[in-house]
Amino acid sequence: MPDGTATRSDVILEVSGLNTVFDTSAGEVHAVNDVSFDLRPGELLGVVGESGSGKSVTMMSLLGLLPMPPARIRSGTVMFEGSDLLKASEKRLRKVRGGRIGFIFQDPMTSLNPVFTVGYQLREPLVKHMGLSKAAARDRSCELLELVGIPDAKRRLADYPHQFSGGMRQRVMIAIALACDPKLLIADEPTTALDVTIQAQILDLMADLQDRLGMAVIWITHDLGVVAGIADRVMVMYGGQIVEQAPKRELFTNPQHPYTKALLTTIPHIRGVRAEKLTVIEGQPPILSAAPTACPFRDRCPTAMPRCARENPRRYDVGHKHDAACFLVEGTPADA
Amino acid sequence: MLDAPRSSPSDRSLVSVRDLKMHFPIHGGLLRRQVGEVKAVDGVSFDIAEGETLGLVGESGCGKSTCGRAILRLYDPTSGEIMMDGTEIARLPQTQLRKMRPIMQMVFQDPQASLNPRMTVEAIIAEPLDEHTSMSKAEKRERVLELMDAVGLNRAFATRYPHAFSGGQRQRIGIARALALNPKFIVCDEPIAALDVSIQAQVVNLLEDLQRQFGLTYLFISHDLSMVRHIATRVAVMYLGKIVELAPRDALYGEPRHPYTQALLSAVPEPDPDMQADRTVLQGDVPSPANPPKGCNFCTRCPQVMGICHEIDPEFRELAPGHFAACHLYNETSPRTEAPRHNEPTEVQQGDL
Repeated sequence: MPDGTATRSDVILEVSGLNTVFDTSAGEVHAVNDVSFDLRPGELLGVVGESGSGKSVTMMSLLGLLPMPPARIRSGTVMFEGSDLLKASEKRLRKVRGGRIGFIFQDPMTSLNPVFTVGYQLREPLVKHMGLSKAAARDRSCELLELVGIPDAKRRLADYPHQFSGGMRQRVMIAIALACDPKLLIADEPTTALDVTIQAQILDLMADLQDRLGMAVIWITHDLGVVAGIADRVMVMYGGQIVEQAPKRELFTNPQHPYTKALLTTIPHIRGVRAEKLTVIEGQPPILSAAPTACPFRDRCPTAMPRCARENPRRYDVGHKHDAACFLVEGTPADA
Repeated sequence: MLDAPRSSPSDRSLVSVRDLKMHFPIHGGLLRRQVGEVKAVDGVSFDIAEGETLGLVGESGCGKSTCGRAILRLYDPTSGEIMMDGTEIARLPQTQLRKMRPIMQMVFQDPQASLNPRMTVEAIIAEPLDEHTSMSKAEKRERVLELMDAVGLNRAFATRYPHAFSGGQRQRIGIARALALNPKFIVCDEPIAALDVSIQAQVVNLLEDLQRQFGLTYLFISHDLSMVRHIATRVAVMYLGKIVELAPRDALYGEPRHPYTQALLSAVPEPDPDMQADRTVLQGDVPSPANPPKGCNFCTRCPQVMGICHEIDPEFRELAPGHFAACHLYNETSPRTEAPRHNEPTEVQQGDL
């Protein structure tokens, strides 16, 4: 892979060496530690991890959405469309957010403003980012609601968020995120608050939209089942770090990191053979009070070695575009 | 109900619920008069055999938690019968109900909200002992430590407060409190929903171990169909206040009969890219329980809806031993079919002749 050249044309987002720290009254929390990844146009990257693994903070750091203080981005670069977002002015970031990069959050009720109509909230980015006239924005917002499968779109524009059901509200959120034809869509647990039958509707909608619009998507979730369905590539986070990264099928059939392996055996299945006893990952996730000097998973790892307590493994390339941060697969360092 | 579900005739049922209804009034207007009611639970019947786990699944708002709470008489049910270990408790006055409390307990969803932040772990676990026993201080302390051992909490943490514990550990505190009085029956209301994936298995395994050790009977309420498949002996599926299907675990997951169960199971994403099922994606949303549709509750979303479904609420009947469902698709097994049937093979043959 060529290094040194500023941006690669086949990559729309390139994050390298991102470190985010929170200064709290109880000391520092190292939420994101040396996170590097990239994203190709049209690709759907699934980011999997438990609460506190740093998956959301990573994505919020990219776009300057974290309140600073207490948050502090200590180092890293985020190259998007030829410039570093971490060095960008607030004015430029504002243009990027909601314009070139769309966002969907977990809870559609708290991210929609209850006192404005859905139509108003849809028109806002169209007028602000794309400079559309009011009339053009009205037409476009109607189109967008139809795009995300809301029946009777024209009339629904005048409704307030509370008049929509949970699944419909999430469709509205998706419509707002798509309003300005983003190149990149970041979805943070967009189906977690929804029931499974509604989740199925949203997953189908997203797959369809991605086909039609061809944007790149980062899909954050704790549900391996969801990424198994929709993702092209999967990144597993633990303790603020990327512990494994691979194309979807490769990750599920050939997991290399002990955490990924354990995660895959600890969840019960709805189809196929039923396990008599669930495999347990003993212990608790790490407390990230200092920059990691050892493997974050070592206390819970069934294959931990003395070395794991002395040194934090870097990500090693295991072939097939697959890398894992574990000494068990030590070899060529992956240059992500 | 004549054909009330039983797991098997030889099993002694510890809990037996018949036609339980829990309706909540809706007040409106200037005078706050009752203008309607939410039929949260609308006529459910089931038995839970001693030592088994009945899984109760369904989506949010289907009435599964209300059902669990009503069975423990945390609500006063609108109508129906609840036999708990041989005693009818649906209309038992509070003073007598109190004597029943030790045998029936509950584990709540959110361990953060269900533990008093100002009480130490020891005080939390000992509270049922304070209320229901005349143990001495030393005896209570001994019992608390015993319980902490049983649920895998370090004895040294007895004097700490809930905030010092992680979610999984807090849930263990809640479980220890539920076990304090040696109950027979525990309602577990989404006990793992608030926990991380890697912690869920720890808590579920603990519940299974405790069941074996103390011979507990569980009603396990959850929206997580994969986890229910793991833990439950039999499973009941609720939709809009009613049980639409009830069957032994393997029958329910292997051969779901009700179209809602089929759709629900197909909607669960499987963590395996090579085992993605053909999803039956249901259209629309669940109707309001304040205004359920006429006929079958599922008729507004059912992919196999028929004319009769908009007219008559299907009966909950046994399709195979222990396998119950409420659906008109299976009417042919019943002689009491009301709709005339024009396309019967026999008639066609007669026409040909």
